[in-house]
Amino acid sequence: MASIDQNRYPNLLPNFRNLGVMLRLLLIVMSMTVVAAALKSYNWYDLLDQSLRISALAQPMVILSLLLLGLADRWLHGLPYPMAVAVVVAVELGVATLVVVAAWAVFTPGTPVLIRTWFFTTVATLLVLAYFNLRSRMLSPALTEARLQALQARIRPHFLFNSINAVLSLVRSEPRRAEAALEDLADLFRVLMADNRDLVPLEREVELCRQYLGLEALRLGDRLRVEWEVNRMPGNALVPPLLLQPLLENAVYHGIEPSMEPGTINIQIFGDGDQVRMLLRNPYHEAGRHHTGNKMALANIRERLSLHFDAEASLQTRSVDGHYEVQITLPYVKEGK
Amino acid sequence: MSKHPQSLRVVIVDDEAPARSRIRDLLEDCASSFPIELAGEAASGRELLELLEEAPADVVLLDIRMPEMDGLEVAQHLLKLPEPPSVIFTTAYNDHALKAFELHAVDYLLKPIRLRRLHDALTRVRAITPLRLDVLQQIAPDARTHLSVQERGKVVLIPVPEILYLRAELKYVTIRTTAREYLLEESLSKLEQEFSGQFVRIHRSCLVAKAHIAGFEKDGGGDGEARWVVTLTGLDEKLPVSRRQQHIVKELGRTVV
Repeated sequence: MASIDQNRYPNLLPNFRNLGVMLRLLLIVMSMTVVAAALKSYNWYDLLDQSLRISALAQPMVILSLLLLGLADRWLHGLPYPMAVAVVVAVELGVATLVVVAAWAVFTPGTPVLIRTWFFTTVATLLVLAYFNLRSRMLSPALTEARLQALQARIRPHFLFNSINAVLSLVRSEPRRAEAALEDLADLFRVLMADNRDLVPLEREVELCRQYLGLEALRLGDRLRVEWEVNRMPGNALVPPLLLQPLLENAVYHGIEPSMEPGTINIQIFGDGDQVRMLLRNPYHEAGRHHTGNKMALANIRERLSLHFDAEASLQTRSVDGHYEVQITLPYVKEGK
Repeated sequence: MSKHPQSLRVVIVDDEAPARSRIRDLLEDCASSFPIELAGEAASGRELLELLEEAPADVVLLDIRMPEMDGLEVAQHLLKLPEPPSVIFTTAYNDHALKAFELHAVDYLLKPIRLRRLHDALTRVRAITPLRLDVLQQIAPDARTHLSVQERGKVVLIPVPEILYLRAELKYVTIRTTAREYLLEESLSKLEQEFSGQFVRIHRSCLVAKAHIAGFEKDGGGDGEARWVVTLTGLDEKLPVSRRQQHIVKELGRTVV
């Protein structure tokens, strides 16, 4: 049951194993510490003193919480959202109590005032969860937009009409190839119009890309050359759907179509430890002037990567000696876990 | 397709082979109702112009989106022919140009092309008004990639990046490449507007390609007063910069040494 929710995005509860989430948590707690210290202090020396006091308690709490929440991450994501929030608050209260009691036992005689600790811990925890909830909602329009774009800019109308045109030209001479092409076209549009919230296995995305390039090869013939270097590809890695296809469409549009000469699109995908790396390369022609579509697709992919993987994924582009390169790095998240 | 003397000679231009074969199929269907002769097929504007030297045509079915030179530019070069063929544009999508086509009654067919529409277009082709250069220039959004001149009934294409300078003299504009000169019947000021990104005016009657400027030199001159001249890569000739245009020496001087 946990595996169902693992792929379910947008995720209102943050992924506690994600490096970006951890960094955000640390930063938030640290700024809260400074704010709390500022409220309690009268001058700069006092501020420093107070921050140190609060940090001495807050830092062990954060580290312990990250450890516990990281361990319980999968289980937490299997729970209904309100339940998960309650559990997180309970864990934080437990951690806070433990740290405060331990600190007092070691350093200070007497008993601590736990009520105040509980109050501040609950408020802080709820604020942090609200922040992640909001962030997830803010980024999720990218998903709806992705589907809309499929019908607008992504599958550029000229690709649709050109493909239908190519299929029409095959109907009389090579009916079987025409059939296969129509099947591929149907598959492609099924994915493009689907609800693309869930991550999909990388091998499925690659298969889709092959179908897409097959269709383009129908009309472009020898001008389109494709090199796949995917021997070391982890096929079960989960990726956002339509991660590569729009990039390949850009590569065809900007790299192959503007030239009479044959051009090569090179695709490398390989696993690198706990990361998956992808490198797309295509010829680049100065004269190409339709850049808006390209930028839209790139911006959308960046947003979706950030929603699914936060700071652990990146997309970079550069043009070097007549070639355009897109490099994607994302964490190796396996299917079924 | 019959080789009837009155048959309509058609040329298909499209960079994609399947698109050409589709139109070929449709032309065969049309041929059953009136005489059509397929005069040839071309994959680019350049191929088309070469083809037309050998086989004159009445109609060209011209794809708009093609590499090297788009259909709108090809149509402009076609007008340099002594007897330009009629042009029917073909396009796969609702291009911004289509509105302009409607406005100026330019013929076009939307892909996938229907037999009925192709048939209609070809039957009235002899009646359609010939394209006008100014209309085409209005519709085409970008600067041409080639200039074209007519020489002995042929259209010669000169790639714009190969042009060193353009100089106005009397009725013509001289196009200078490293290899030779050509005479062009167009106005220098229109050329200056169209190619403002690539060329710079150094004199009332001369535009120089920025990419080919080697540098600027002070030239003694006969009367002792020094003036600036432009030196070019690949050509010994030095071109004078007029007093009025001297500011370009500063503007470009730094970037080209």
